[in-house]
Amino acid sequence: MNSIKKILGIVWLLLAPVVIYFLVSGAITHIDPAGKKDINNPVIWIIIILIFTPIAIGLMIFGWYAIKGEYDHLPEKSTEL
Amino acid sequence: MKEMANNSYFNRMNETNTIRKVITASSIGTMIEWYDFYIFGMLAKTISSQFFPEGNSTAALLSTLAIFAAGFIIRPFGALVFGRLGDLIGRKYTFLLTLVLMGGSTFLIGLVPGYKSIGIAAPLLVLLLRLIQGLAVGGEYGGAATYVAEHAPANKRGFYTSWIQTTATIGLFIALGIIMLVKLNMTDAQFNEPWGGWRYPFWISILLVGISIYIRLKMKESPLFSKLKTEGKTSSNPLKESFSHKANFKMVLLALFGAVMGQGVIWYTSQFYAQSFLENKCFIEFGQSRTILLWGIVFATPFFLFFGWLSDKIGRKWIMMAGMLLGILTYRPIFSYFLEKTDIKQWNAGMSFTPGGEVIKSDTLNIKGINNIVEKSTRTIVFADGRSYVENKSDTVIVEALNTITKPAKVTFTNVHLDQGTYWKFVGLIFFLVLYVTMVYGPIAAFLVEMFPTKIRYTSMSLPYHIGNGVFGGLVPFIGLLLTTTYSKDPLVGLWYPIGVASLCFIIGCLYLTNKIDKDVTD
Repeated sequence: MNSIKKILGIVWLLLAPVVIYFLVSGAITHIDPAGKKDINNPVIWIIIILIFTPIAIGLMIFGWYAIKGEYDHLPEKSTEL
Repeated sequence: MKEMANNSYFNRMNETNTIRKVITASSIGTMIEWYDFYIFGMLAKTISSQFFPEGNSTAALLSTLAIFAAGFIIRPFGALVFGRLGDLIGRKYTFLLTLVLMGGSTFLIGLVPGYKSIGIAAPLLVLLLRLIQGLAVGGEYGGAATYVAEHAPANKRGFYTSWIQTTATIGLFIALGIIMLVKLNMTDAQFNEPWGGWRYPFWISILLVGISIYIRLKMKESPLFSKLKTEGKTSSNPLKESFSHKANFKMVLLALFGAVMGQGVIWYTSQFYAQSFLENKCFIEFGQSRTILLWGIVFATPFFLFFGWLSDKIGRKWIMMAGMLLGILTYRPIFSYFLEKTDIKQWNAGMSFTPGGEVIKSDTLNIKGINNIVEKSTRTIVFADGRSYVENKSDTVIVEALNTITKPAKVTFTNVHLDQGTYWKFVGLIFFLVLYVTMVYGPIAAFLVEMFPTKIRYTSMSLPYHIGNGVFGGLVPFIGLLLTTTYSKDPLVGLWYPIGVASLCFIIGCLYLTNKIDKDVTD
C-alpha cells in the first residue's frame, strides 16, 4: 500500500501544473469583452486563477510528501504533529 | 450506595442538559448564518436589477465581485482570520462575533436604497456587506464544529457534531421556504418593487440573529480551550503552527484533497446544481421545482444525524467515501432521467392534449431601416394526466422594399408541470442526491476535529473546509457552463467536473486516510 501511495504521489505532483495549464488556456480561449456569459468575463478568470494557483501548488506539495513517504504512517497523537 | 447512584444519575443529567444547550446554541447560530448567506444567492436576480443595472460597466464589475469574490476569496480568508482568533481568544467569542457580523450585514443589505436612489453608492455598499457576509461565514463553521466536538464525549462525537452538519441544509430549507412564503403572498411586481417583498427575508434575519446571540451569550467557553488557556498552552501563532509546520500542514493537505474537496462538490451538485438544473434545463415551473427540492431535503435531513451516529460506530472514512462513490456512479443516470422525463418532444409524441387559449402579441421593430414584424404567441398545453407546459413561439417577418422574408419560427417551452407520479419520482431522486450529501457531510465535522490538536484546531480545520466547499463546490456552476459551452452536444457534460473531483478525492481518501476514530481530542 505504501508503495502505491508513493507512486501516485508522482501523479498528484504532475496533476497540479496540468490544472494550471488548463485554467490559463481556458481563460485565453474564453475571455471575450463582447461576450455576456460568465466564462467571457476576465475578472472571474483572474479570481479563479488567483485562488486555484496556490491550491494547485498545495496539490504538488501533497504529491511531494506522498513520494517522500510522509503519509505512510499518520499521526495518532498531537505529540506527533 | 444509593446516594452515589443518585449523584451519578444527576451528573449524567447535567451532562446531557449541557450538551443539549451547546448543540442548540451552536446549531441555531450556524443555521441562521447559512440562511443569511443563501438568501443573497437565491435573490440574486432581483438584487441584480435593484443594485447592479445592466449597461453600467462599474456596476457589472461590482456584481461579479459580490458573487465570486465573496465565495472564492473571502470565505477562505474569513476561515484564516477567525480561525486564528478562535485559537487565540477562544471559540465562544469568535463565533459570537461572526454571528453579529453576518446578521448585521444581512439586515443592512435589506436597508440599502437601490441604484436609482443613490447611484453607484448602492452597489458599492452591497458589495462591502456581501464581503462581510463571506468573511463571517468563513469563520462560523469551524468555531461551531469545534465548540460542539470539544464538549462531546468520544463515543458520541460524530452524532453530536452532525447536528451542526444539518444546519447548512436546514438554512437552505428555511431560506427557500421564507422566500416562497413571501412570494406567494404578493404579486411578482410587488415582490420586485424597490422596497418590495424581496427585502423581507433580509429584515427577518435581524430577529433570528437577535435570538441566537441571546442564546450564545449564555454559553461558556469550550472546556478544552479553557483548560489550555489556564495552563498557558494556547498557541501564540496558530497560522504559523498550522501551515508552516510540516507535520500539521501535511494533515491540512490530506483533509482537503482526501475528504473536503469531494464533499464540497457532492454537496453543491446535489443541492444547488440539481435545483438550477430542474429550473433552467428541465424548465420545471417555479412552484414544483422548489417543492421537489424542499421535500427531498425534508426526507433526507434526518440522515445527517444517522450517518453522524453511524460514524461513531464504524468510523468516518468509509461512510464519506461511499457517499462520494454513489455520486460518481449515479449523477449522470439521475440527471439524464430528469431530462428524459421533461423532454416535451416525447410528451407530444402519440399523446392527446388540449391546447389552451393562445395569446398573440405583435410588434414591429425597425432595424437599420428594415421593418421586422415579430409575432409572439403563447399557449398552454394540457395533457389528460395533469402534465402541462407553456409553448412560446416567435415568428419574425422581415419586410424590405421589394421582398418579404419569413424567418423560421423559434419555439421554446417553459413552465413545465409534471404529473403526480413523475413529481414524486423526482422527489425520490432528489432525496437520494441529498442522501449522498448526508453521507459525505454528516461525519465530516468529527473527522476534521479529530485530525488536529486543540490549540490550532479552529484554524487548521476551517481553511480546508472553506476551500473544499467555497472554491471546489462553488465552482460547480462556472465549470459546468465552461464545459457546456465547449462541448455543447452533451447536456450533461457539466457533471464531469463534480464527478472528476469526487473521483480524485475518492482515490486519495481511500488510499491515504485512516478510518480510526481518535478517542482523545484533548491533546
